[in-house]
Amino acid sequence: MTQQLAELIDHVKLRQPDLVADWTIARDELTVEAQPTDIPALVDFLKTDEQCRFASLVDITAIDYPGDEKRFCVVYHFLSMYRNQRIRLKAYVREEEIVPSIIDIHPSANWFEREVFDMFGILFSGHPDLRRILTDYGFRGYPMRKDFPTTGYTEVRYDEVQKRVVYEPVNLTQEYRIFDFLSPWEGAEYMLPGDEKGGKA
Amino acid sequence: MMDGDLTSPRGYEDALTGEQKIRNFNINFGPQHPAAHGVLRLVLELDGEIVERCDPHIGLLHRGTEKLMESRTYLQNLPYLDRLDYVAPFNQEHVWCMAIEKLTGTPVPRRAQLIRVLYAEIGRILSHLLNVTTQAMDVGALTPPLWGFEEREKLMTYCERASGGRMHMAYCRPGGVHQDITTDLIDDIEAWCQHFPTVLDDIDGLLTENRIFKQRNVDIAIVSEQEVMDWGFSGVMARGSGLAWDLRRAQPYECYDEFEFLIPTGRNGDCFDRYLVRMEEMRQSVRIMQQAIEKLRAPEGQGDVLARGKMTPPSRGDMKTSMESLIHHFKLYTEGFRVPEGEVYAAAENPKGEFGVYMVSDGTNKPYRIKLRGPGYLHLQAMDHITRGHQLADVAAIIGTLDVVFGEIDR
Repeated sequence: MTQQLAELIDHVKLRQPDLVADWTIARDELTVEAQPTDIPALVDFLKTDEQCRFASLVDITAIDYPGDEKRFCVVYHFLSMYRNQRIRLKAYVREEEIVPSIIDIHPSANWFEREVFDMFGILFSGHPDLRRILTDYGFRGYPMRKDFPTTGYTEVRYDEVQKRVVYEPVNLTQEYRIFDFLSPWEGAEYMLPGDEKGGKA
Repeated sequence: MMDGDLTSPRGYEDALTGEQKIRNFNINFGPQHPAAHGVLRLVLELDGEIVERCDPHIGLLHRGTEKLMESRTYLQNLPYLDRLDYVAPFNQEHVWCMAIEKLTGTPVPRRAQLIRVLYAEIGRILSHLLNVTTQAMDVGALTPPLWGFEEREKLMTYCERASGGRMHMAYCRPGGVHQDITTDLIDDIEAWCQHFPTVLDDIDGLLTENRIFKQRNVDIAIVSEQEVMDWGFSGVMARGSGLAWDLRRAQPYECYDEFEFLIPTGRNGDCFDRYLVRMEEMRQSVRIMQQAIEKLRAPEGQGDVLARGKMTPPSRGDMKTSMESLIHHFKLYTEGFRVPEGEVYAAAENPKGEFGVYMVSDGTNKPYRIKLRGPGYLHLQAMDHITRGHQLADVAAIIGTLDVVFGEIDR
């Protein structure tokens, strides 16, 4: 499997050397990194090239790395049913950067891009209908960002007096609890002074 | 002046004839509609009875599963997977465990693999039974769901006997399954496998040559191979259009490569072909279950059901005699296990199509980012494309054939 993926990336690099910024093969999975502006060209190449034929889009999602200069990583997964291979594309973008949409190449990108916009606030240029998709009508904020609290900011209830559903700020009788049991000691890689011989016992 | 009214290009109204004054209607379908299969809201634009545009509004069942998962350990997250496609819960948790096993490189003992295959196929039958029979109900037949649900009930009893949960089993564990199944249970499942084809024949006799059922399904929502690619279809939606694509065969996981089964495909890609594919898949699932039972009884199929190590709990006996085991047990259920840094995408052929888990780990006991890829999300997305030009009454048949479950679409 790794052999085939290595052949695939060699082929892609040979044909499109400018579009591939970086690549890795780990756990039998090929990850290709590209500049956000190069994504449509690369996706189009992967779809139409006879050796690749990544005709089905599996998934588009994003990862938030707050604190990084390029805060978001937009991740695309493609599947080739003809060649029985998978590929993952990654593009790192700054918070205010706009990513070109691939909806013209894969119509199925529509809802995925809407979801990424809804959850992370990443804008896609060329998307015909970039509305929120999963959150409530009139929702504010981008819930999958790491700085968005899990409890959210508003809650809803039915108001008996006004005879309608009202929105109120979240009011918890008990603070939302996150138990962090992660051991701070385990996995330390440093060596204690004088313990050089102990190590691998 | 109403929405969809025709206006004269010259700016006066009286020259329009009566026929030109016909206007399109926007209607709201759902979210509380029995044929919406859950909480689906469709905004339909109709020209008479013909659907001109269909805008699905989803997210009414959005529970923020992916966000919740980021603050829980890998093991605590497992039951959330059951609540995605709640029609076939085992298949989802199975993919979750596959992702963790892929990232940590944990081998699964053979007996556990066989039990997983057995329950994954039970899940497939659970899902297909529900889909085939309720789709028939959407187009006017009431008896099939009553017959189908009886069998579903029996299957859920087998789920309960293995795990304690009728639907939300939480049975799969990274490195195996939680408990071994008893020989009684295996015998009962085998007896059921012999009886079930007769029930399938009954449902078959009720629907396949039924005039009304055929009128409502044949040549409705025809999907071509190009559309399968463009819209990212998988599972029965792809196989109904003649693509023999099945991850169990194409990218085998567990020990599916040892099993003999056929992949049924359709010829026309319409609702009726997809119904036939689902019926045949249930028969093939029974075949796989029978082979799995045989393998479970063979000497190679004996042994432990968990890869004993840091990811799985020690046995009760050990825990009561060994201090180390007790500490291990305590740490496993409080801190949880750590997963090496990296990312992985695991996918399996679930009843509805390719279900995938994209897992990004930062080396701690909680996932950094989880993306759950449900097949129904893409199938429902193509709703606008598929329904255009169909009758309003076909919308119910199409929602049925897409096999949407809102647990996995809204997440």
